[in-house]
Order: sequence, then C-alpha cells, then structure tokens
Amino acid sequence: MIWNEEYETMPREALRAIQLKRLRATVERVAVTVPYYRDRMAEAGVRPEDIRSLDDLTLLPFLTKEDLRANYPFGLFTVPLEQVVRLHASSGTTGKPTVVGYTRRDIGTWAEVMARTLSAAGVHAGDVVHNAYGYGLFTGGLGFHYGAENLGATVIPISGGNSKRQIMLMQDFGSTVLCSTPSYALNLAEIMTEMGVAPSTLFLRVGIFGAEPWSQGMREEIERKLGLTAIDIYGLSEIIGPGVAVECAEAKCGLHIFEDHFLPEIIDPATGQILPPGSAGELVFTTLTKEAFPVIRYRTKDLTRLHYEPCPCGRTLVRMDKVTGRTDDMLIIRGVNVFPSQVEHVLMSIEEVEPHYQIIVDREGALDTMEVQVEVGEAIFSDEIKGLERLTKRIEGEIKDLLGITCRVKLVEPKSIARSEGKAKRVIDRRTI
Amino acid sequence: MKVEQIAVFLENKSGRLAEVTAVLAAAGINIRALSLADTADFGILRLIVDRTEEAKETLRREGFTVGKTEVVAVEVADRPGGLAHILALMDEAGINVEYMYAFVQKSGEHAILIFRFDNIDAAIAGLTRGGVRILSGEEVHAI
Repeated sequence: MIWNEEYETMPREALRAIQLKRLRATVERVAVTVPYYRDRMAEAGVRPEDIRSLDDLTLLPFLTKEDLRANYPFGLFTVPLEQVVRLHASSGTTGKPTVVGYTRRDIGTWAEVMARTLSAAGVHAGDVVHNAYGYGLFTGGLGFHYGAENLGATVIPISGGNSKRQIMLMQDFGSTVLCSTPSYALNLAEIMTEMGVAPSTLFLRVGIFGAEPWSQGMREEIERKLGLTAIDIYGLSEIIGPGVAVECAEAKCGLHIFEDHFLPEIIDPATGQILPPGSAGELVFTTLTKEAFPVIRYRTKDLTRLHYEPCPCGRTLVRMDKVTGRTDDMLIIRGVNVFPSQVEHVLMSIEEVEPHYQIIVDREGALDTMEVQVEVGEAIFSDEIKGLERLTKRIEGEIKDLLGITCRVKLVEPKSIARSEGKAKRVIDRRTI
Repeated sequence: MKVEQIAVFLENKSGRLAEVTAVLAAAGINIRALSLADTADFGILRLIVDRTEEAKETLRREGFTVGKTEVVAVEVADRPGGLAHILALMDEAGINVEYMYAFVQKSGEHAILIFRFDNIDAAIAGLTRGGVRILSGEEVHAI
C-alpha cells in the first residue's frame, strides 16, 4: 500500500524538479541562519545562488559527525529554540551526544514519512502496533509512535524489556504489527518458546525491524519463528530518525528512500567523489524539508548502493541495498552504537596505561554479546582473586555506564592477544549477519 | 618475619601451569610451597621459592605477569587444633585472612601455614603475643 501516491510514484523528472527547489531553499536558509555553514561555504567558494541544478550539490562541502560534535548542542539549528518542540539525541558515542531538534512541522514531516514506512510494510489503519523500540532520546520509539498514530493504527508504546509481559500483552491486546530491533524479535521468539506460546496463537502479521544490520538468513528465521512478514527499515537521527527508507512488502528488494525529503548520494569514502549509480560506496544525505536541523551532505559512514530501476510496487523512489558495512570501526551491538575507542577510554581511565585489549562480538541465540578481553599486566594484577574480580566488575560497570550495554570482561595473559603489524585488530566480530 | 611470595597470573588454558614449572625447573629454581586459586576464567599461582627475585625475573622474561607480595609463615604442631588456635588469635585481633595454604614438613611433626593477611604487621604482632612461632624468610626459602 502506498501512503502518499503523489510523491511516492512521481515521475523522476518531476521529483528532481521538486528536489532542486527544496535543495535551493535549504541551502539558502542554512547560509543565512547558521554561521558554521556560511563559513564553510565561503571557504569552498560557493554561494547559495550557485546551486542551479542537482549536480551542483557537489560544490557544497560535506558535513561529518565531528562537525556536529563541534557545534554541540544547538550550533547547527536554523531556528531559535522557541520554535523547537522536540529534542532527540544519539547515544553519545564518543563523549557528547549528537543533538537533533524538530519544529512542529518537522514532527509532522516525520509522522508523514513514518506513515509511508509503515504503509509500505503493509500496516494500515486498524492494526495494533506493538512498538518495542526504546522511547526516550533515541528516535526509534517516538518515530514509530507518531507514524503509526498518523496512519490510524492503535499503538502499544511498550518500549524495550520485560519480554514475558510483552508477550502476554501481545496475546491480550491482539498485536498485529511488531516494531523492534531484529535481534529483539528473535529474543521474543525464544521466550515465547520457553513460555510455551505458539506464534500461531498470536495475531502478528508484519514485523518492522531496523537499528542494526541483519541478513536475509535472519529475516527467514524471524519470519519462520514469529509467523510474520519481516520488513527492513533504515534511518538515523541526524537525518530524521526512522523513516528515511523502507522496503516495500511487494518486492522486499532494497529500501525506498523518501527522496522528496532526503536526497541521497553515494561517494567514494576515500576521495569524496560521486560514484556512478549502482556503485558501492558511502551514503551521504541532504535533507530537503527539515526546518530546525537540516543537514547538507551529511556523511553517514554507512556503505551501500543505490538502484534507480523501477520497482514492481510502483514507487519511483530510489532503492538502497541493506547497509553492508561502515567506513569507520563502529559496531552495532543490540542496537547500540559502539566504538572500540570508547572501550579503550574506559580501560585507560582505570589504569592510566594503555592496556592491550580485544573486543569479541558474538551472538548467543538471538542476542548480541560483547566480551572485552584485557591483558593483565603488573599494573592491574593482584595476587587475590577478589582483587581481579573487583577489576573485571569495575570495567564491566564503567562500560555499562558509558555505552549502556552489558559486556563480559575476561582477563587474559600478556601477549595472548595477537599483535598485528601496524594497526591493532581490536574487534573480532563472529556474528554471521 | 615476612616471607616473599610471588604470584603468577594464569589463564585457564591447558599447559600453562606446566610451562611455569618448566621455566622454573630450567632456571634451577626450587619451589618450597605453592597454591593455585582459580575461577572460571583465570587462576593465580602463588609460589614460595628458594630464589624469589630470580624466579620473578625469569618468569617475566617468559611473558608471565608476576607480582610479589609478603606473606607470613607460621609453624604449628601437626595435631588437631593447630590451625584453629591461629585463627582464633586473628579473630580476636580483628584481622582478616585474605587467603592461606598449608603444607606439612617432612618430619611430620609440624605443619607450616602460609597466610596473606589484610594487615600483616598487626597480624605478626598478634601471633607473637599468642606465642606462635613465625618463620623467617630465610628459614622458609631454605626449607
């Protein structure tokens, strides 16, 4: 089902005309209202009036996560805070979080693209949407919430955790749609088995899963175990949150990007050059309608491809492949962004010496696990078991405080972690995605 | 009054304990007493040897993490109540035993108890007051 026929099936020429008009307006607005953009554009020798076609986008400088951090918290907002009705923030991966603001109209835009997302997944008015994405500063929970309400569905704002109760409510409230991370969906399936609840006795029909990478194999497993159609979505708080792109239930072949709001490019991450359609590279977004927090050429660090061929579903919107990797070393563990440098930061703050460590990511059943192996040098060694156990608990506690995820610390002997020539291999990811 | 002990960090992997003992054997170092404490992931091997510094350096060179601590060795008659007496004294003095291990001397008349206390000086004072014979480092290393 197509929520907004006009925009989702628009001939590409007409779409491009709208994109250009919106792009020019956005560029003009950021140049006038945000000193940072004004300075960067001056350095690049480009004025808003130089943007005469969509190809002229390449004249504009890129925006990176570091730029967002440098302007923390509100430096890139184009409206005064009085016009911002909502703030969200990313997990604060390496210190300060990335803060994003929404005007009332932005919230409306978000509810629109999320209604399209849910609709493309096969959700409609009258569905009972079990929303297990986290509510709070994370955009997942409220993004789905407003989208589902906009669609006319009944929302259960259950958020994460307390899985047995979730399953009881699914039974009692007749949930037809599950929104969660794919790993949480598998976790729910496992708990259902433990509880002796057959998925066929539930009413689930559609699952919409995102916030972490997952594979075709995992899709089949989820579909088999929960008896529903599993749909992949893509989004990031810097762009709007969930609702940037979604698979259509008809084809399940790539994620349609809502291009009338978000203009994608694929670049060579090393050179920054635009790559021809179909090439694999880094995904870059320019928002076309955001008011409070527009971004110009934001580098997502996600690697994917774009396909412009028509889709059987009738949408003319470009499709992106599932994200195949990152240009940096970021890991996504149980939906949480984790950089190895954060783990290193914790270890160094504990002993002020650079320890040798390694992060082993694996999947036990449906859940991602993170083990941090730390070599025990003399600075942290104790001849008492409780001394070493205190150390492991402390590291586990500080990682939990910083990253919000539980990990297991394992102490290992010196030199037991393989040394590599040059850059240390800090992460072993054993998950088969 | 204090005895030097070395402690070695060991991962729970087969052959690691054998390697420590082989390294010490190759260096001609004699083990006087030992204890191995273990958890699911790792173990701590505590050793009293005849040449502490040399043992420590040799193991370090082989890549082991080695710490040195001071422990107390006391001699008790090898008969029922020997250990109970010591522990009662420590209880009275409010001293905590972090860990201990014991061995019986060849003659079979005495047992030697090795203690790691939370407060070693207070422990020595308490033991002395209680008339317990404390072995010197030289005595233990030369056993």
